[in-house]
Amino acid sequence: MELKQILEALVFASQKPLSAREICSLLRSAPADTEAAAFSKVKEAEIAALLEQIKIEYIEGGRGFQLAEQASGWQLVTDPRAAPWVRLLYPEARPTRLSGPALETLAIIAYRQPITRADIEAVRGVAVDGVVQSLLDRNLIRIAGRAEIPGRPLLYETTQYFLEHFGLKNLDEMPNCEELRRVALPKAEAPPAPPPQAAAETSP
Amino acid sequence: MENDYKVKLEVFEGPLDLLLYLIKKDELDIYDIPIGRITSQYLEYMQVLKLLDLDVAGDFVVMAANLIYIKSRSLLPADQQPPEETAEEEDPRWELVRQLIEYKKFKDAAERLGQRALEQANLFGRLRDKQEFIPERPLGEVSIFDLINAFNGVVKRVNAREDVREIFGEHFSVSDKIDALLKMTATGVALAFSELFADAATRVEIVVTFLALLELIRLKQLRAMQPEEFGEIHIERV
Repeated sequence: MELKQILEALVFASQKPLSAREICSLLRSAPADTEAAAFSKVKEAEIAALLEQIKIEYIEGGRGFQLAEQASGWQLVTDPRAAPWVRLLYPEARPTRLSGPALETLAIIAYRQPITRADIEAVRGVAVDGVVQSLLDRNLIRIAGRAEIPGRPLLYETTQYFLEHFGLKNLDEMPNCEELRRVALPKAEAPPAPPPQAAAETSP
Repeated sequence: MENDYKVKLEVFEGPLDLLLYLIKKDELDIYDIPIGRITSQYLEYMQVLKLLDLDVAGDFVVMAANLIYIKSRSLLPADQQPPEETAEEEDPRWELVRQLIEYKKFKDAAERLGQRALEQANLFGRLRDKQEFIPERPLGEVSIFDLINAFNGVVKRVNAREDVREIFGEHFSVSDKIDALLKMTATGVALAFSELFADAATRVEIVVTFLALLELIRLKQLRAMQPEEFGEIHIERV
């Protein structure tokens, strides 16, 4: 057996994505006196390189599936062009929908995490309570702690599932990442102050 | 309008979304916004939202005040401009422009992320247990502002109509109009937005019909599609 074949067998049999690191420690865990110990000294980099090779072989072989590397590791998936037919197999798997405002709120969180709700609202210019709750319910974001500012508001960040859902290996893969992480954004004022012209009317 | 069926429509799009929509619609230069024109258009939309009795967030009102403030400042001669904390900013529009541009970058990025999610939803792993969802607005589906824009057009047409008709007691309710709309679309053929209002005689009837339409869209019974950007909207059964 070659290592490459073994790797292929592992990703095929696995019920979840496997990272090169996971495979590496898996191979190391083989009991010393068994056949499985043959590859117990293999390095992570070698595994990653072979997986990359398999991926290319599948592409060149024109398979109906591919080996894809995603946030949580390598996984066999169907060719996206086959999706209309694969859907016939899973007619009940109707994708739930994410609204435009939800997607925008999620993007602001993803680029500027951890971030408070007030700061998200400062960028979007509209209240986001309902949207944030639905993103929490969908496990796309989670509470990251509290900001050490007056009121100690909650901070939000994206989850591992967020990466998987959008097919990202990591947060650096997000579109236009460099700029959107850096740009100066309007910050929520604490305590919330009315705009200057409104203040002039209401002040005693 | 009869209150037997109250439509509670939450508008998650904010004032910035509306401004970007108006700028895009009229192909305006975001760096050189004609503040008078955009302000009156914005206020017109606010009127429509009020006419529909929609739950307009206070954010819309704050932005309206801000627009009017910028507009009034731009009318002042240069030597009478009020002192600003940031003295180097000559143009009163600049703060708003900067906010719009930054927000637009996130909107664009969100759109591209949504595209990625779509592509991702086309990959099927060996174990299918994860819940999936794709962006709500597939190509051609319209935003709330597109609908309000079309609605505004219908209202204007009725207001402009000079013909005198005999009006009997009005007994339109949103639930009646929901039934009527479902009947009209039952054939499965898409209808032009304006056709829905062809028989409507009064403003009240139009408003009620529109509220019924919004409710049916929210309940995912009807779908509003716009094959061309800013073109005619078609309504069809989901």
